[in-house]
Amino acid sequence: MGKLEYAPAPESRAVVHLKPSYDLFVGGDWVASQGGTRFTTISPATEEVLAEVAEASAADVDRAVRAARTALRGPWGRMSGADRGKYLFRIARIIQERARELAVLETLDNGKPIKESRDVDVPLAAAHFFYHAGWADKLSYAGLGPDPRPVGVVGQVIPWNFPLLMLAWKVAPALACGNTVVLKPAETTPLTALLFAEICQQAELPPGVVNIVTGAGGTGQALVEHPGVDKVAFTGSTEVGKQIARSLAGTRKRATLELGGKAANIVFDDAPVDQAVEGIVNGIFFNQGHVCCAGSRLLVQENVADEVVRRLKRRLTTLRVGDPLDKNTDVGAINSAAQLERIRELSDLGEAEGATRWSPECELPTRGFWFPPTVFTGVAQAHTIAQQEVFGPVLSVLTFRTPQEAVAKANNTPYGLSAGVWSEKGSRILWVADQLRAGVVWANTFNKFDPTSPFGGYKESGWGREGGRHGLEAYVALAGGQEEQL
Amino acid sequence: MSSTATRRGGVEGGGPASAGTRLDVRKTYKLYIGGAFPRSESGRSYEVVSAPAGRRGPRFLANAAMGSRKDVRDAVVAARAAQPGWAAATAYNRGQVLYRVAEVMEGRTEQLAAEVAAAEGLTPARARAVVGAAVDRWVWWAGWTDKLAQVLGGLNPVAGPYFDISAPEPTGVVGVLAPQASSLLGLVSVVAPAVCAGNAVVVAASEERPLPAVTLAECLATSDVPGGVVNLVTGRTAELAPTLASHRDVNALDLAGAAGAAGVDWADLERAAAENLKRVIRPAGTGADAVEPDWSAEPGLARVRAVLETKTVWHPKGR
Repeated sequence: MGKLEYAPAPESRAVVHLKPSYDLFVGGDWVASQGGTRFTTISPATEEVLAEVAEASAADVDRAVRAARTALRGPWGRMSGADRGKYLFRIARIIQERARELAVLETLDNGKPIKESRDVDVPLAAAHFFYHAGWADKLSYAGLGPDPRPVGVVGQVIPWNFPLLMLAWKVAPALACGNTVVLKPAETTPLTALLFAEICQQAELPPGVVNIVTGAGGTGQALVEHPGVDKVAFTGSTEVGKQIARSLAGTRKRATLELGGKAANIVFDDAPVDQAVEGIVNGIFFNQGHVCCAGSRLLVQENVADEVVRRLKRRLTTLRVGDPLDKNTDVGAINSAAQLERIRELSDLGEAEGATRWSPECELPTRGFWFPPTVFTGVAQAHTIAQQEVFGPVLSVLTFRTPQEAVAKANNTPYGLSAGVWSEKGSRILWVADQLRAGVVWANTFNKFDPTSPFGGYKESGWGREGGRHGLEAYVALAGGQEEQL
Repeated sequence: MSSTATRRGGVEGGGPASAGTRLDVRKTYKLYIGGAFPRSESGRSYEVVSAPAGRRGPRFLANAAMGSRKDVRDAVVAARAAQPGWAAATAYNRGQVLYRVAEVMEGRTEQLAAEVAAAEGLTPARARAVVGAAVDRWVWWAGWTDKLAQVLGGLNPVAGPYFDISAPEPTGVVGVLAPQASSLLGLVSVVAPAVCAGNAVVVAASEERPLPAVTLAECLATSDVPGGVVNLVTGRTAELAPTLASHRDVNALDLAGAAGAAGVDWADLERAAAENLKRVIRPAGTGADAVEPDWSAEPGLARVRAVLETKTVWHPKGR
């Protein structure tokens, strides 16, 4: 008997009203870019042009930073924490009210499956605003020191893998702590940030508190290096993170960086195999593997490796790859042609270096950017695919014999963002979690996120934490000399 | 012989022997690496002189070892080897060990005070007060080892059936530029928080005022701090700092001692530290300027936070 076929179950696009072109959101208004340059954003699943977007020049960035400064000195800076909190609560509610619209727009612009944008991205974005709303008038209870004050104008640059969610991670704590922001969304996924600007208008957030400048790397650089920016918050590649760190050297600007990862997902021989297989799939194929904390290196204990890989492959044959708007789709489109090219290059290199490549049979759409779920077995530590971040649906399988070896292999990377441990033995989980040099460790689960839970990396995975009480640190200045200098 | 006669050397200020008086035994100041006291592998030393006091000019105090880039690299190797064991000790044990350092320092108050007085040009009474403050600072940090996790960590009330806990962990090996002016209190104020958190440190001592640092190293060596947890190199800050800042096996960098150091631009060091995204503690000051802060103020937790990582562990809850 053949595989069961599902009838298409597409989510309606009718809820989204795309404008043919979008300006910049500065000082509470839509303003044309001074350079007048525009670029298009497309649906990665179909290559259909969705809208034209303004490219902010250095002059536009300057205007946005000034608007943010004005708001900081003006109404926002004078506002009580309780009132700031109310604005954040309003924003959280509007995100919930417009959840379906945001989810469809996110899926159109990003290519991720609607079930993920609907069930993960948008609810978590709302939750981040709710969580931080409550902090706005309670900062002196956060244990950071007496009399926390805003840092000032914050320049924020976010990636394309979770466009709305990363916006929420950046904007909510900044506003809760009394800062104003200029945010640059990624050039391939600007649309939900622009819809968020409308949400700020609906919430009647004072002008200039949130400014959105669209553009590519040049716009981001102008923002990071603008002398009127007091703090930089960046999520993206380690390479760009290092450039930012260098450009901020010698200045008094503060920075938080959430950078790359090459997470080990460690499966011991006593792990519940079915659950572990689900965790492996979720670890690397969630969001097409476009996740900095993706479990891209499977470390499986040698005596169960064959069985785990066999059951993993069988599970992968049931993954549905295709139309992201279809509610049954598990794996959507690769976000851009450039990213697809990078995934292809690294995968070809994996084969060339001697690893064995496998993908389930699946028919990929003819238009758009697609890459099948891919598993490499026989991977060695020195292989490029075991060292470099692929940022796509590509899993490398390595084996180990002892817990010590698992830990040594897991830690053998310049990154230190996340890791997974699968075992029924509690004492072993706690030991392994202690040994791992990673900011987030998921034991018998993977890729879980929550606004109350700090997230961020060791080593070259970045500086600082986002979320929870820890995440507030990046957005407050403290009275009294030394505390401020760090 | 002529140098002793004309320059009246030694931190205790003892002069040449005459009939009925005792010829003092001078101290040789060395590096402290991996629990041992080597001279610099380079074989170099440099002249350390006192702060000018009254109408007297600076007087010769000692020939300190002039540490090299290789000494710094050796110290990083020693620190990396020692760090996991130090971090794995119980917080209670680390607190006991750090308190023991304070005990040993207290017993050496006279020597430390004489060295601080000579280095910083302080009156004996003032120098003793500074040493007292430095001892008290060790005691303050000794009491933090077993409280950091509770104060900086905690349980996260996530919206799902998970046990989710965050706890601080040491970042690893910390490179420290010791303050140039405050030769002991400043030094203790930057070393103790890093060590308290479970890190190992490699310290470039104050260039002009290194002698109290070497005596502190002797206190560390005779307390229960494992060899390699604190490593101390004397020499030219401008020569040692770039090696620390660019070393791939150093996880964090405290630039306190960039303020007032000859030939040191902290922006350059911070740029070098970006190569492996070291955590950087910038020197105090406004604009591009670096100044030495008031080390007598209660430190707060900012300095220890900067050399800690937060690890968050998720586990499902269910029957």
